[in-house]
Amino acid sequence: MSAMANPFPQAPATWRLPDRGKVAMAGLIIAESAIFTIFVVAYLFYVGKSLTGPTPREVLETPIFYTICLLSSSLTIHFAAKSLARERVGAFLGLWVLTIVLGGTFMYGTGQEWHRLIYEHGLTISTNLFGTTYYSLVGLHAFHVTAGLVMLSIVAIFAVVGRVQGEQSRRVEVLSMYWHFVDAVWVVVFTVVYVLGR
Amino acid sequence: MSSNAITIPGVQIDEKPWVDTLHEWVTTVDHKRLGVLYILYALLFLVVAGVEALIIRIQLMFPHNHFVSPQVFNRLFTMHGTTMVFFMGMPILFGFANYLVPLMIGARDMAFPRLNAFSFWLSAMGGFLLYFSLVGANGLYGAGNAPDAGWWAYAPLTARAFSPGHSTDYWTLALLVSGFGSIGTAINIIATILCMRCPGMKLNRMPLLAWLNLVMAGMVLLAVSPLTAAQFMLLIDRYLGGHFFDTQAGGSAMLWMHFFWIFGHPEVYVLIIPCFAFMSEIIPVFSRKPIFGYPVMVAATVCIGFVSMSVWAHHMFSVGMNSYANSFFTITTMAVGVPTGIKIFNWLGTMWGGKIQFKVPMLFCIAFLFQFLTAGLTGIMLGSAAFDSQLTLSYFVVAHFHYTLVGGVVFGVFAALYYWYPKITGRILNETLGKLHFWLFLIGFHLTFDLMHIPGLLGMPRRIYTYEPGRGWDTVNLLISVGGFIQAIAVVIFAANLVVSYFKGKKAGNDPWDAWTLEWATSSPPPAYNFASIPLVASRRPLWDLKHPEDQ
Amino acid sequence: MAMLKMKSWTLRFVAQTMLLLFWSAMAVWAIGPKDSSPHGTNIFAPASTPAKAISDLSVFVLVITGIIFVVVFALLAYSVIKFRGRAVDAGREPAQVYGSTQIELAWTIIPILIVIVLFLATARVLHAVQDAPQPPGAIEVTAIGHQYWWEFRYPKLGVVTANELHIPVSNPANPTPTFLTLLSADTDHSFWIPELAGKTDLIPNHPNRMWMDPLRTGIFLGQCAQYCGVQHAKMLLRVSVDSPADFAAWVRGQQQPAVQDASVATGRRVFESNACMNCHAVAGTNANGRFGPDLTHLMIRATIASGAASNTPENLRLWIQDPNAIKPGSLMPAMKLNDSDLDAVVSYMETLR
Ligand code: HEA
Ligand code: HEA
Ligand code: HEC
Ligand code: CUA
Ligand SMILES: [Cu+2]
Repeated sequence: MSAMANPFPQAPATWRLPDRGKVAMAGLIIAESAIFTIFVVAYLFYVGKSLTGPTPREVLETPIFYTICLLSSSLTIHFAAKSLARERVGAFLGLWVLTIVLGGTFMYGTGQEWHRLIYEHGLTISTNLFGTTYYSLVGLHAFHVTAGLVMLSIVAIFAVVGRVQGEQSRRVEVLSMYWHFVDAVWVVVFTVVYVLGR
Repeated sequence: MSSNAITIPGVQIDEKPWVDTLHEWVTTVDHKRLGVLYILYALLFLVVAGVEALIIRIQLMFPHNHFVSPQVFNRLFTMHGTTMVFFMGMPILFGFANYLVPLMIGARDMAFPRLNAFSFWLSAMGGFLLYFSLVGANGLYGAGNAPDAGWWAYAPLTARAFSPGHSTDYWTLALLVSGFGSIGTAINIIATILCMRCPGMKLNRMPLLAWLNLVMAGMVLLAVSPLTAAQFMLLIDRYLGGHFFDTQAGGSAMLWMHFFWIFGHPEVYVLIIPCFAFMSEIIPVFSRKPIFGYPVMVAATVCIGFVSMSVWAHHMFSVGMNSYANSFFTITTMAVGVPTGIKIFNWLGTMWGGKIQFKVPMLFCIAFLFQFLTAGLTGIMLGSAAFDSQLTLSYFVVAHFHYTLVGGVVFGVFAALYYWYPKITGRILNETLGKLHFWLFLIGFHLTFDLMHIPGLLGMPRRIYTYEPGRGWDTVNLLISVGGFIQAIAVVIFAANLVVSYFKGKKAGNDPWDAWTLEWATSSPPPAYNFASIPLVASRRPLWDLKHPEDQ
Repeated sequence: MAMLKMKSWTLRFVAQTMLLLFWSAMAVWAIGPKDSSPHGTNIFAPASTPAKAISDLSVFVLVITGIIFVVVFALLAYSVIKFRGRAVDAGREPAQVYGSTQIELAWTIIPILIVIVLFLATARVLHAVQDAPQPPGAIEVTAIGHQYWWEFRYPKLGVVTANELHIPVSNPANPTPTFLTLLSADTDHSFWIPELAGKTDLIPNHPNRMWMDPLRTGIFLGQCAQYCGVQHAKMLLRVSVDSPADFAAWVRGQQQPAVQDASVATGRRVFESNACMNCHAVAGTNANGRFGPDLTHLMIRATIASGAASNTPENLRLWIQDPNAIKPGSLMPAMKLNDSDLDAVVSYMETLR
């Protein structure tokens, strides 16, 4: 190396920096929020501007039950992460799987709704502006839930084979940040699509 | 990279077969190598898009010229603008951020080296996709083989009805893919700066370059994401029959404009802020003084970042917004001039009372200051919505933004290349060639872009492949084109300098400019692990403390 | 060494100053009162109220930014020259100054004040131009942008024409401004006659409005300013500002159906038995297409194909034979007529006054 092998001899003070996993996830969440904002704006902009039917009022039903599922999964994942931090691996695994089940139920609900819209009401993404914006916005969210479920399941598999221990709790927390975000976005999507948009 | 790689390349006896070397570069996750890859890739595209610009200029030399057909001309300016912004500007600045940020904050690498490599290859993919359109795009009879809707791709020109074939799809996909790369890089830069600083490197001790790149990365997150969203919508329209921007089914052309410029305006600051960062590092060193008003510089940058999120519709003053909206965007636009002015004044304050050394990097910086001042002031003219209703869509705008992008960004990048080349390669770029490059580029730049304001004032719209004689545009256009060629000669000299100095240049040593930031504390080029022992810092200018123990 | 340094900064400064002078000279040349030839497209030669208001504002903004430019340029140049490093005192570092709160405050507050002034001046003109009420005597025109030509409709007068707009000169004492409603049939376009008004775009599904009150007669030029496709460059505009009497005469002429001239019956038959009539309208005949320009009074126009060529029999023939020869990429197909049909149809066209 160079002549200045140790050029800075001061004694280290206490030096703590934020966790890079969390910072990166926060960055991703900011970027994702911007993406969702644009889709939400497009949705609101086109509310009531479709040239042909069907309209949201005619065909949408408020998915209260599935919404409760998704929102409560935020609680379960929160406690799952807490349990892991306290090294309670069994409780972690139980809550984690419950989260996956709740998320899966929500996805089932979305699937049901789409099936109904397509086969009963003939509403597809190309039918009218409502179809275009509705499937895009809800679909974008559903994609994020699905991606989340895949990651949660991978962790679950690792946990089942006993590879998830207390040391991994920071990573699990990063994942749970993502899941909270997906839930929070649903609150916005729900308000926009099922409350304001009708 | 083994430790013998510290020795200067070229002198080093490389026994590895070239395939291995290539393999090492392609699979590298080292921030310095990725930085170099970014820079080389961007320089390649500078030449490609530069040649496109030259063809544009040949076509516009004379009224009713027939050098290229209108179809080709439209593809040329679309490809030129897209390439320069997305595949020259962004990558070269990301390259510098990659190379310098870890070194300057005393880290061994970026926070996520593999994400870093992934992001680079995504960006590279984007560029290749864009140019692959030349062979892959014409899907239907009569469809073009390169994107031709302009770099803003206004709806409904991108709708299937007006853009059959696949050229627009390649454009969208290229930007989508490279957009993911940019978001990845931005996240990486933020995480690196916040989480990887060496002990003692508090936020208020970070070099301004790190600060400014932090702001830039934040803006990328907030700006590129809307573009990504809009590109998704365009793809939905083109492939799934959606109607977001389909004016025939009630869709809105205005919506795309807003979405594009919500990205597009912050984007131009994404390009200029890293160049501000270069200024903030280089000017102090060659003035032999610390940066003037460090906290104010940080505050002004953050302020630019915020305000510039609310000015986008100044690109839409002619689309028919009401007078209140136009007034609102006038005031926000002009407001950006205040923090930007503060930056210019602080660089002035840095030079004031210093001992300025006119090394090549500093020459580019000084030219930057004068040119950015001019560019900013023409920006203020455009910002006045009523004045802009005459200037917009004319060559005056083209002059304004080349003044910022060439006079600002390209000059800033040249300054940075001359300044950090010794660190990257271990050799100093030849000064004589450097001065020649500087003067020729300066003259070419001014000939081209000073004059370009005039046809704008005389009513010449942009994006026209030819024009009518007798409107006062003829001579000016000829001179503008000549300037373009002078710039090209200068760029050739620069390229020669890069190559010649790599093999024959003067050895740099660790610290050729007698500078103060951490990257100069390690060898040139730095070893793979950057620092043998992680440094500890106690001030903003760690090497100054070393060199001037009496100041402690 | 010192020599070299000297040389480089002197050169720099001289070059920069010369460029500055050059630039301002060019600007003056551009702005200066040039000849008021009817063909100008100079934004600083306004001939209507909105253009004048904008031009005055522009000069104001130019002066303010010009002053900022001169002051900051001078400061930069001064510091570059004054504080250049000299060989004599090489080796010693200058005084290390880190900043000054007072100075920072000064160069924050002064620009804020300037910005406020510029904003108020702009807002005033925006209001005056954009929010002007439409007086009762105003002429109403609907301008529709097509790839790559202009359709003009005068709903109150029952006139339809293309590419060459006729409007009356407006007497300030008794103004007869023209109010345009701007629509688009396909992509975005922008209506721009620099000496009469700033640009306003024509956007599908988004009707816009603009007005102008020309203060002198003559031909005013301009062209489509918003990129609209292949032939955006040749979507030229001519506005003929007529005296009230000329305008009235023009309107009367336009209101007539097409001349029926028996000598060109063959040509007319060719026109009506080919696809021509699907795209073009000729009032008083079966031809009522709207995809292309209305041809009822074609021969009144000085140019064809939106200014791409002058309206001569040769050009007309060439155009109908192969529009791409004049305007590559135009949306009118080559009709592949044989020579006699071609001649006949051209003669027919020539009767359409
Ligand atoms: C690096 C890129 C960059 C930068 C930094 C800027 C900076 C600015 N730009 Fe520019 N701009 C572009 C790149 C850039 N621009 C591009 C690419 C386009 C066109 C895209 C396209 O159409 O294809 C464009 C277009 C554009 C338009 C739209 C024009 C149109 O299409 O009609 C406008 C309008 O307001 C504008 C304004 C400004 C302003 C006010 C600034 C300000 O940030 C400038 C601030 C700086 C100063 C003002 C000078 C220094 C300040 C002082 C000395 C203090 C005193 C000053 C005052 C009190 C005013 N720009
Ligand atoms: C960073 C961005 C950037 C940069 C650096 C440049 C650089 C240049 N640009 Fe570009 N430009 C844009 C961004 C940029 N431009 C954008 C965004 C648009 C808008 C597009 C749109 O409307 O959609 C635009 C549009 C644009 C137009 C308007 C087209 C139109 O509206 O019709 C013109 C016209 O002159 C032009 C010219 C030039 C020239 C002469 C240079 C020169 O500075 C280039 C100098 C570099 C070189 C010349 C390369 C060196 C070449 C070699 C080393 C090879 C040598 C080989 C030979 C000589 C054969 N540009
Ligand atoms: C598919 C539609 C179409 C058909 C068929 C067509 N035209 Fe056209 N025509 C156009 C369009 C569009 C333009 C405007 C082109 C432009 O300016 O870019 C035009 C322009 C013209 C003009 C110039 C008008 C002007 O005011 O500048 C003439 C004359 C003309 N056509 C004659 C004919 C004749 C004669 C025929 C038949 C032999 C014909 N056209 C068939 C679409 C058509
Ligand atoms: Cu119409 Cu450009
Ligand atoms: Cu902008």
